Amino acid sequence: MEHFLALITKPDNVPILAILFLIPFFLWLSYRQARRTDRTGVPSDAALNDKVYVWPYLCRNEFICAIIIMLVLGVWSIMIDAPLEEPSDPAKTPNPSKAPWYFLALQEMLVYFDPWIAGVVLPGLIIVGLIAIPYIDINPKGKGYYTIKERPFALAVFCFGFLILWIVLMIVGTFLRGPGWNIFMPWQYWDPHKVVPLTNVNLSSLFGIRGETTAIFFGFAVIAGYYTLGPIYYFWKSKSSRFLQELGLIRYIIVSFLFLTMLALPIKMILRLGLNVKYILESPWLNI
Amino acid sequence: MNEERKGLKEKITNSDIWKSIFRHGYEKTGRRYTLQVLQNVWLHLHPPRISRHALNFRFTWCMGGITFLMFLVTAVTGVLLMFYYRPTAEYAFADIQALEFDIPFGMLLRNMHRWAAHGMVISVMLHMFRVFLTGSYKKPREFNWAVGVILLLITFFLSFTGYLLPWDQLAYWAVTVGTNMARATPVLGHEGPFAPSDITQANDVRFALLAGTIVGPSTLLRFYILHCVAVPLVASVLMALHFWRVRKDGGISGPL
Ligand code: HEM
Repeated sequence: MEHFLALITKPDNVPILAILFLIPFFLWLSYRQARRTDRTGVPSDAALNDKVYVWPYLCRNEFICAIIIMLVLGVWSIMIDAPLEEPSDPAKTPNPSKAPWYFLALQEMLVYFDPWIAGVVLPGLIIVGLIAIPYIDINPKGKGYYTIKERPFALAVFCFGFLILWIVLMIVGTFLRGPGWNIFMPWQYWDPHKVVPLTNVNLSSLFGIRGETTAIFFGFAVIAGYYTLGPIYYFWKSKSSRFLQELGLIRYIIVSFLFLTMLALPIKMILRLGLNVKYILESPWLNI
Repeated sequence: MNEERKGLKEKITNSDIWKSIFRHGYEKTGRRYTLQVLQNVWLHLHPPRISRHALNFRFTWCMGGITFLMFLVTAVTGVLLMFYYRPTAEYAFADIQALEFDIPFGMLLRNMHRWAAHGMVISVMLHMFRVFLTGSYKKPREFNWAVGVILLLITFFLSFTGYLLPWDQLAYWAVTVGTNMARATPVLGHEGPFAPSDITQANDVRFALLAGTIVGPSTLLRFYILHCVAVPLVASVLMALHFWRVRKDGGISGPL
């Protein structure tokens, strides 16, 4: 417990505590506006669409906002000192070694995937996926106001990715990961000698597949099958769904690829934590 | 007395010097409000008028503006810190200690720089979240969203390169862990899948980032230049583009 207290009051972890308050607050604030819009059917600010002069009205707001933020920053800087540990020493590796807090969701992914996926491919796809959002979300509704009813799928996907896979993993990485990158609950002692027996097996052996080549084929088949779920759904539904027809095959393939890749993380987490699965595909070239 | 003051004020505001600096009067008219914005280099990225709902805190959360403010704070405090900091393995750590113990307000300066940087990371993430929740990335703002994503990366990268500079254990190992994954880059990292045999740890992408096979003095210099010169320059250019596009895409998004 003392360890945990020391951890949450670490100066560099203060931003995470701030996030813990800010995110629920802003969720509440936007939820209220979205609900009003959805109940009345009219965007909640539709009546405020007339124009006002930037000077003085906007500039005044900016000025007040800047003063408040500078006050907060000033108090924060007077109260809490930036950390400075011992001089750097390449020979003394701390345990655990953690990246800065805003990268801890990525570091957390390293538990479940090899570095080339967790550290390179997935971050790359996050960037590509974010940039792609405006081009693949063709729903013209819900532009410029808070709503839930008019774009439930987009909101659900983004909130899952941002709030669960980014923010929650970041918090887990900061507060619950201890020596050896093992999970420690707040009340547990950070035992640097804690050994977690690793009895991880590959998915193929769970299915009783022994031969090496067969296992590779099986792994490829599972992954290929997973990604063809998308196109299969398309050809099954596109006749009857106007939405899918408007989206078109190319956009659909991009959406389904990104979506399935995002879901692969929680799926791998469940497989690992529930069934001790190490790899879905293990081959001489790459492991997934 | 009052008359006298008024006379004096008029004299000043009618003087050639005053008029050469301030191009408009202070009458309360729409024309003057417009000129105030258009003729001021600091304000002219604003449009003269915006829709009323965009003034509401509950719509924008002010997060884009706060991100920019945090950037300005780090720029100012950062320049001041540069007077006291030498990016070499011999001096870096000692210079940070000197800032803490010897230099007047050095600790406050360092604190403000660090917490503003962390604040910027928080606010840029919240800004992106707001823009998503209001659907503000939709036509015609698709490109500005893309510019924003690049700004998000730049914010992370600015913060990350700065993290190394104190040259203490925290800095050293956070950057070591953070750059280790580059080993595993497919094709270009020496431990990555499909790496050709002539990619070694002395010529892969991680080497390019660190200027060495481990985090060392040349990494410190490289990160320092990225942090203090290169990345802030790129960030400034992209922010100018970002603000310009907010305006050219029709101002803050809104219903209608
Ligand atoms: C250094 C980082 C950034 C700065 C300084 C910045 C600043 C701003 C400012 C001042 C605005 C005006 C409205 C507001 O305050 O919300 C704005 C709007 C906008 N930003 Fe950013 N931003 C940054 C990063 C981002 C990111 C990461 C994204 C998205 C991925 C983004 C996308 C947008 C979009 C689409 C708008 C228009 C919103 C609307 O019309 O409602 N920006 N930005």
